[in-house]
Amino acid sequence: MKILEIKNLRKSFGKTEVLKGVSFSMEKGQVLSIIGSSGSGKTTLLRSINFLEEADCGEIYVDGKCIYDGASTKKLTAAQIRENQLHFGLVFQSFNLFPQYSALENVMLAPKLLAKERPDFKHNKKEIYAQIEEEAKALLTRVGLADRMNNYPCELSGGQQQRVSIARALALNPKVLFFDEPTSALDPELTGEILRVIRDLASKDVTMVIVTHEIDFARNVSDRIIFMADGVVLEDGTPEEVIDNPKCAKTRAFLQKLNEN
Amino acid sequence: MSIFITVTLSLLEGLLTTFKIFALTLLMALPLGLIISFGSMSKIKVIKWPIKTLIWVIRGTPLMLQLIVFGFGPGLLGIDGMDTFVAVMIAFVLNYACYFSEIFRGGIEGIPKGQYEAGAVLGLKKSQIFFKIILMQVVKRIIPPMSNEFLTLVKDTSLANTIMIYEITWNAKRFMNSEHILWPLFYSGVFYLGFCGILTLIFGYIEKKLDYYKG
Repeated sequence: MKILEIKNLRKSFGKTEVLKGVSFSMEKGQVLSIIGSSGSGKTTLLRSINFLEEADCGEIYVDGKCIYDGASTKKLTAAQIRENQLHFGLVFQSFNLFPQYSALENVMLAPKLLAKERPDFKHNKKEIYAQIEEEAKALLTRVGLADRMNNYPCELSGGQQQRVSIARALALNPKVLFFDEPTSALDPELTGEILRVIRDLASKDVTMVIVTHEIDFARNVSDRIIFMADGVVLEDGTPEEVIDNPKCAKTRAFLQKLNEN
Repeated sequence: MSIFITVTLSLLEGLLTTFKIFALTLLMALPLGLIISFGSMSKIKVIKWPIKTLIWVIRGTPLMLQLIVFGFGPGLLGIDGMDTFVAVMIAFVLNYACYFSEIFRGGIEGIPKGQYEAGAVLGLKKSQIFFKIILMQVVKRIIPPMSNEFLTLVKDTSLANTIMIYEITWNAKRFMNSEHILWPLFYSGVFYLGFCGILTLIFGYIEKKLDYYKG
């Protein structure tokens, strides 16, 4: 079964149509990269799937279950949107860590608040919190920050902050983890550490969708690549198909421009 | 010497009332200000515009006039027996809540959208996002303007003497009539100065405490 399926997603801002019917699907454990020039709708696509924007029409399925149906006249309630958002994790371009919390607290915040909704919370509060802390520490260790857990975001480099935000997203065990240009806000010498973390996650079969401008990285890490232009998917295939033998002239032009830079 | 002690004791008694106005105003105007700031940021026009008008009226007229309106207004309308102190509290709370609301609004609107979005994608409820993520950052940002308001409030309490509340200034002025001396009025400044000095130290401490993070 497909873990994520997007059908004909459309989204306009005022009169500008940013997504003009985007469809794609992916299997569990796959890594999918989305490439394309600025303004092609990549970020809006990610934001619509994560319900930071509400799409105008289309359908979103997770594990075969429809979580968004644009044809439905009923608007999603805040609780439904929240439930939908919990299927996914999103790593932002600008990290968006919570500045008043340490790295560890950033990772633990959401799991701790969610745990309060568990029926056994009152009885096992201590055990639950201890387990959350243990898992958060394991995640931070996994992204290479075992020795920076108690540091605040302002005391960490950009690369370290982004690794905390990856750990934070992983803490809720999302079915699909989305990355919105995770290295674009970083100095070139710091992008490597993020790419290493993503590569490690890929090897552990974490299902990921990565919007990126790092073509070489996308080719290396992805099972599939999607090329978007002007709000539609122009190419969808293996890295070899999309990057080495693109079908569309627009893809070739885009790749050539990247090479020139 | 004995007159000095009499004046000091009288001013200390006034200080108690001054402190009562100060503390009660903060206790009520801070939460009310937060509610008013939500109203002024509301997308619903029938909430937003009346609130904006209220803020305009309250900030656009002198506090002393508001004290007189709430102090003598009920009597003029034939409502008797309203305690003067209650009138003072209504005027102060309303006035300060409106000023606080604008400070809160500035603080809340200054928090980057990404903080809300990061909370949302982590499945937090709107209330959790506000109380667990946003509020603490707002507090840090509004400490400097708030400390200004707190100091102003200490001195504004002296306006309550216009409707016969026996706070420091009223007690100091009393000696002008009864003893024909002016110095208790000058002396009262020491009490305000001491009060504000303590507040300044407290705010300095809080600012230092919150200095562990940036943003």
